[in-house]
Amino acid sequence: MPSYVILEKCDGCKGQDKTACMYICPNDLMVLNTETMKAYNRAPEMCWECYNCVKICPQQAIDVRGYADFVPMGASCVPLRGSEDIMWTVKFRNGMLKRFKFPIRTTPEGQAKPDGGYGEVTTDLASQCLYNEPAALKLDALPTLKK
Amino acid sequence: MADFETVEVTTDILICGGGMAACGAAVEASYWANKNGLKVTLVDKAAMDRSGAAAMGLSAINEYVDINSGDNTCEDYVRYVRNDLMGITREDLVYDIARHVDSTVHLFEKWGLPIWTDENGKYVHEGRWQLMINGESYKVVVAEAAKNALTQQGGQYFERVFITQPLLDGDRIAGAVGFSTRENKFYVFKAKAVLVAMGGAVHVFKPRSTGEGLGRAWYPPWNSGSSLYFTLMAGAEQTCQEVRFIPVRFKDGYGPVGAWFLLFKSRATNAFGGEYMVERKDELAKWGSYGAVKPLPANLRNWLGMLDEFDGLGPIYMRTEEAIAKIAETYKDDPKAYKKKMKELEAEAWEDFLDMTISQAILWAGTNVQPEVKPSEIAAAEPYFIGSHSGASGAWVSGPKDLAPPDYFWGYEYMSTVKGLFCAGDASGASSHKFTSGSHAEGRAAGKSIVRFVLANNTQPNVDAGKVAELKAKILKPIDIFAEFGAKSSDPDINPEFMKPKMFMFRLQKIMDEYAGGVTSCFKTSKPKLERALELIGWLKEDSEKLAAEDLHELMRCHENIQRMYQAEAHVRSILFREETRWPGYYFRSDYPNLDEANWKCFVNCTYKDGKWELKKVPIISIVG
Repeated sequence: MPSYVILEKCDGCKGQDKTACMYICPNDLMVLNTETMKAYNRAPEMCWECYNCVKICPQQAIDVRGYADFVPMGASCVPLRGSEDIMWTVKFRNGMLKRFKFPIRTTPEGQAKPDGGYGEVTTDLASQCLYNEPAALKLDALPTLKK
Repeated sequence: MADFETVEVTTDILICGGGMAACGAAVEASYWANKNGLKVTLVDKAAMDRSGAAAMGLSAINEYVDINSGDNTCEDYVRYVRNDLMGITREDLVYDIARHVDSTVHLFEKWGLPIWTDENGKYVHEGRWQLMINGESYKVVVAEAAKNALTQQGGQYFERVFITQPLLDGDRIAGAVGFSTRENKFYVFKAKAVLVAMGGAVHVFKPRSTGEGLGRAWYPPWNSGSSLYFTLMAGAEQTCQEVRFIPVRFKDGYGPVGAWFLLFKSRATNAFGGEYMVERKDELAKWGSYGAVKPLPANLRNWLGMLDEFDGLGPIYMRTEEAIAKIAETYKDDPKAYKKKMKELEAEAWEDFLDMTISQAILWAGTNVQPEVKPSEIAAAEPYFIGSHSGASGAWVSGPKDLAPPDYFWGYEYMSTVKGLFCAGDASGASSHKFTSGSHAEGRAAGKSIVRFVLANNTQPNVDAGKVAELKAKILKPIDIFAEFGAKSSDPDINPEFMKPKMFMFRLQKIMDEYAGGVTSCFKTSKPKLERALELIGWLKEDSEKLAAEDLHELMRCHENIQRMYQAEAHVRSILFREETRWPGYYFRSDYPNLDEANWKCFVNCTYKDGKWELKKVPIISIVG
């Protein structure tokens, strides 16, 4: 069932009004059962396996079991996402393991400056240049058609 | 009626959507709005960090023109896109996006997106226009800049609010209504102008996988045609609604093939080793000048592979083992360098999946695939509506004043034919191949344009309270229907008085699949089949009045599927109108099997007003030689 919650590990995000997985699921699939205080995927067949719930869960309580209608059983891809990179452990059906580590961003979280540091370059609303162009284009002028 | 609090939000500029185009719009519009005392409000149906088509991440940036290098020009990009779409493209829009896209990519890099560079610090190209990235957090980074732009410059954003209908004041947009998917709240956004960037559409056609794998569409299942529906209901003219996209990807997992084809130079062959791109070369002569261009249009590449499938020569394989062996050969005298290169390639191949289609990695692991040992199957997916990729469906929008021919210009670039209603990303049509970066660039350009419009039309349009009340009742009706009849049956999903959204979606998918050229009809259709589709959609439309929802989630699904239904109808009517086959690898009209340049080298545009569809031909005006 694409993403599923490991009951033993899920703590319902300690009774906050919404869980991390509910917050992030792009398809509104994750729900907290307020009686058991465990989250669940309400429609696994609508799951894209985007792993955003898996990556965000503070308890590592969510995993994905590949779509049973076409994926032979026994494989898994387990991410561990940090602030600069992500580690993946890929387990094959035959038991083979592969580990990968990829960078995810080069700046500290939350610090993206909307103008990218290029500043206000064009301040004329009538210009076809956007506000940090042409500097952000690394050109002297915005290209246009030679008529 | 269901008890939903009405929340009113008044703003100058409303951005509907939170994906790449909407994030671009937020960054640019916030700057100009703040300078001019205006407020920008963005509404996303999910969480911006992980919403839209790039929610999972991406392993490449697919539009980077690299004008600065001197290697490419905007004109080159226009020619590439025009050929890929078999001549049907708005060159002014493609040019405009191309001239802004490099600055978008440079901003991404500054915001923190890792773009691969070589030993000289130059970007690593996957192909002429494509850059390799470590894109797991692509959307997180882009959303962060957008949220910072909004909150630092007097704007705000709403998450988990699903926009369903436009508000109009005569011929001008006046805002939008929707509802929270978290609490019983009905939202009324009043705005001087609205920018729509709510994505394309998936699950209009029956997908190949219909069990648990139903959700494993290539494009994300939450893209339900919101842009098309919203702009159509506002009265905006649409274009290229017949131009669906069918990607050929690794079968079932739909993992990307770009790196294998472009970076690893892999071939695709049929089960008998035949290479359809070579063996079926003669077929290309049938498709006019487009069959002779390089790179060959995506739909023609699809078509040659499909012909192999139709002839029973499948499965079709990506020859990964052969590609890797070829690379290994160049290192045959240096085992150490070979080992290092292989490790690099292995990581690159797996990252390609893990960054953007993790399912494909599970599928490879589940089937013990080692790409250096055996080839992997590729296949044509089900059709999607995605004007930002190699499809073209979207609203008909004005071009920029310095590029657009007079017939394509009505004052504000990216404004639809409805006053004050702007579109970007999958919402705007005939400007294909913008992908994530171009969508963001287009959003930025539209974000500046919309501020120009508001300053020239700086009055709050009237919103008719009666109309709002009527829309509220209409939007919440599925909840009322369930409340009234739900208890009549032993099964909450099976009831003679109503239909649940899931079965409604399956009914639509079956119609489209069987009559409008889906997977099981081998992408072929004809006038009688399309007319039958319209008859069946007519009944579905009547039954949409009987959709029922038990909760907010189902209410969202009800409206998503109504959106899909209109996307389906716009598509069927446009295919029916165009009496030729122009994109054989996307759909094939059995009754008009040939390209007809004399009569059909034109746009097909449509509108839906007062319950009536109108379709027309619109001339193509070329601006690039």
